[in-house]
Amino acid sequence: MHKTPMLDHLESGPWPSFVKDLKRMAAQKSEVNDLLGQLERSYREKITHWKHGGIVGVLGYGSGIIGRYSDLPEEFPGLEHFHTMRINHPSAWFYSTQALRELCDIWDKHGSGVLNLHGSTGDIIFLGCRTEALEPCFADLTAKGWDIGGSGSAMRSPSCCVGPARCEWACYDTLEACYQVTQEFQFDLHRPSYPYKFKYKFSGCPNDCVAAVARADLSVIGVWKDDIRIDQSAVEAYAAGEIKPRGGGAHVDKLDIQADVVDLCPTHCMSWDGRKLTIDNKNCNHCMHCINLMPQALRPGTETGATILLGSHAPILEGAQMSWVIVPFMEMEPPFDEVKDLGYRITEWWAEHGKNRERVGELIMRLGMRAFLEAVELPPVPQSVIFPRSNPFFFWKQSDFDAEAKGRKYYTKEGFDVD
Amino acid sequence: MAEERITDIGPPHYGQFLPPLIKENYGKWKYHEILEPGVLKHVSETGAELYSVRIASPRLVTTLFARDLCDLADKYCGGYLRFTSRHNAEFLVSDKAQLEPLKAELAKMGLPKGGTGHCVTSIVHTQGWVHCHTPAIDASGIVKSVMDDLFEYFGSHQLPAQVRIALACCLNMCGAVHCSDIAICGVHRTPPKVLHDRLRHVCEIPTTIAACPTGAIRPHPDKSLRSVIVNEERCMYCGNCYTMCPAMPCFDTEKGGVAILVGGKVSNSKHPPMFSRLAVPWIPNNPPRWPEVVGTIRRILTKYAEGANKWERIGEWIGRIGWEKFFEICDIPFTYQHIDDYKFQAYDTYRTSMHFKF
Repeated sequence: MHKTPMLDHLESGPWPSFVKDLKRMAAQKSEVNDLLGQLERSYREKITHWKHGGIVGVLGYGSGIIGRYSDLPEEFPGLEHFHTMRINHPSAWFYSTQALRELCDIWDKHGSGVLNLHGSTGDIIFLGCRTEALEPCFADLTAKGWDIGGSGSAMRSPSCCVGPARCEWACYDTLEACYQVTQEFQFDLHRPSYPYKFKYKFSGCPNDCVAAVARADLSVIGVWKDDIRIDQSAVEAYAAGEIKPRGGGAHVDKLDIQADVVDLCPTHCMSWDGRKLTIDNKNCNHCMHCINLMPQALRPGTETGATILLGSHAPILEGAQMSWVIVPFMEMEPPFDEVKDLGYRITEWWAEHGKNRERVGELIMRLGMRAFLEAVELPPVPQSVIFPRSNPFFFWKQSDFDAEAKGRKYYTKEGFDVD
Repeated sequence: MAEERITDIGPPHYGQFLPPLIKENYGKWKYHEILEPGVLKHVSETGAELYSVRIASPRLVTTLFARDLCDLADKYCGGYLRFTSRHNAEFLVSDKAQLEPLKAELAKMGLPKGGTGHCVTSIVHTQGWVHCHTPAIDASGIVKSVMDDLFEYFGSHQLPAQVRIALACCLNMCGAVHCSDIAICGVHRTPPKVLHDRLRHVCEIPTTIAACPTGAIRPHPDKSLRSVIVNEERCMYCGNCYTMCPAMPCFDTEKGGVAILVGGKVSNSKHPPMFSRLAVPWIPNNPPRWPEVVGTIRRILTKYAEGANKWERIGEWIGRIGWEKFFEICDIPFTYQHIDDYKFQAYDTYRTSMHFKF
């Protein structure tokens, strides 16, 4: 076993130790011993010892495997090849123990036994596979019903929140939408043919537990259009301190309905007379604060669907963006054709116009929202902006004059849809 | 005849992995309670009750760890479990009688429960030195060190609101930390060293030049070299050129380090989602336990816990008191690096009002 005096410091303490776990595995697999050895060297030298990339994969796919080679293969022969395999996870990361054990069996047989549960995009990440083991590992995975996920300039494995499987706030079936969209885009997921990566994420409500607004090019966030459902007797129970706020997950035992709920409502659309909570639902912006604090008294309405937002990515390259609203409300029923169809229109336009390694959100900044909206056939809607422009530098197109001549209003579907 | 090769099947349908109680109550959940830190109770319209026990995971695990979880799930959960979007594991208990024995066994195994409500839950993070070719820092080691230090906050609900910490080991931000209450971001501080002898063999010059967001790379004036040069004053060390061209490494053992950004969130509750903003531009890389990083995060968290109103996220607290007060209270120096000068977002961050404090 390699000596790891620095890493040994990370064996103590109350948080579960990855070093302890890796050492257990190192007793069975020499490459994991080498992994600890190389990591120890990185700790000592404060620098990585992994070489840049390398193109490897399984037959017929261009994504899902990331080549990884040590720059110290003589010292750590087990790391000569140590590739990543991304395995597309099941919706909301549910497993039967039988399925999870089968994955472990396959990974113990073909690789290092080291994995991430889960990667940042959501996949199961197998860390440490030799090139010649990739294809047999893939065959064993597919034989058990698993497939590999996305990487590179491809559709990435979509992910979703726990949704209706275990949450009362889910405004649509995030698990099924995630599954069906993943199946729909299998070709694009395995064969990189986009300018850069493209991510879908499905959150069931505006709490956005999978960070769709920040981490997905196409963010699907559940929302309702009608009234928040109220159980007034439960509101009174909260007021009396009989039910703890936030399900009991807060540092306060008794809710002050006026101060904690009504006064913090961002649209001031609530009032409380000491007996009855009234909501002016027409002015609610569904922020979820009141529902989060009183889950036994308040629930989202029943006319539900999703808002579609587009464009988020981390700072590379033009600075971080969050997704912005492009479709304020979409019904979300299986087979989710509307969202799939929108996805196709967006990726087609982006693939046509995007530069190499340009995310769709950056492309829209470069070419303008109008070019995008016209190309994907979406009308301009006020929900897509916080406020309109403050400068007078706007463009007119012949189509606008044509619409004007026909007596159409620009902001309607008709005005937008001119020859 | 050769066996047909299976491809493009996608992930298995989640339906086969749902416990029977979840299948029966799918879409029928009425409300939930958090019985204690790490233990959730979901109640269905049908009256059925599901208990979930959430535990910490290092995310970087082995099949041995996964099999341990499977053994527990077989024993107490009818053979089902799940993981959360923040890398926690969850045991889904349909039979309430199994709850206490499960908790006892988890405690015995040193698997802490928590990560619910007003806590610091698991840190979403990246690979770091253990498996990445561009990191400025390690990931799992910093996560372990920070969570050991903040452990009291994982298994309790004592904070004004939830605190989401995320770590990315370089500016590429695979961890997408840009909307976190506290973001730990590895930063390089050296322009790439161009390896001219290697570049012409392994890189495409046009894509390498195009990769630079600040236009700092241009063809080398000596055409015979078939290489590029870097205008170092324009380089902000994003490493994007290195991603396109391995002959441009930008690592340095001493200059690399950690930046801390704070005040981001993704939820829409009260305030809209917010970006994390720069609090500390650089902290030295100090393995194995990064005490300066751990200390800075603890200081920010402690000041937040003392100063925030109930229900306020870190970004909401700072928004109310003002950033000038944040820097003062947390005793963090304000530097040139804090003032945005990167592209179209910069102007939006300059103050154009008299609404500030001394």
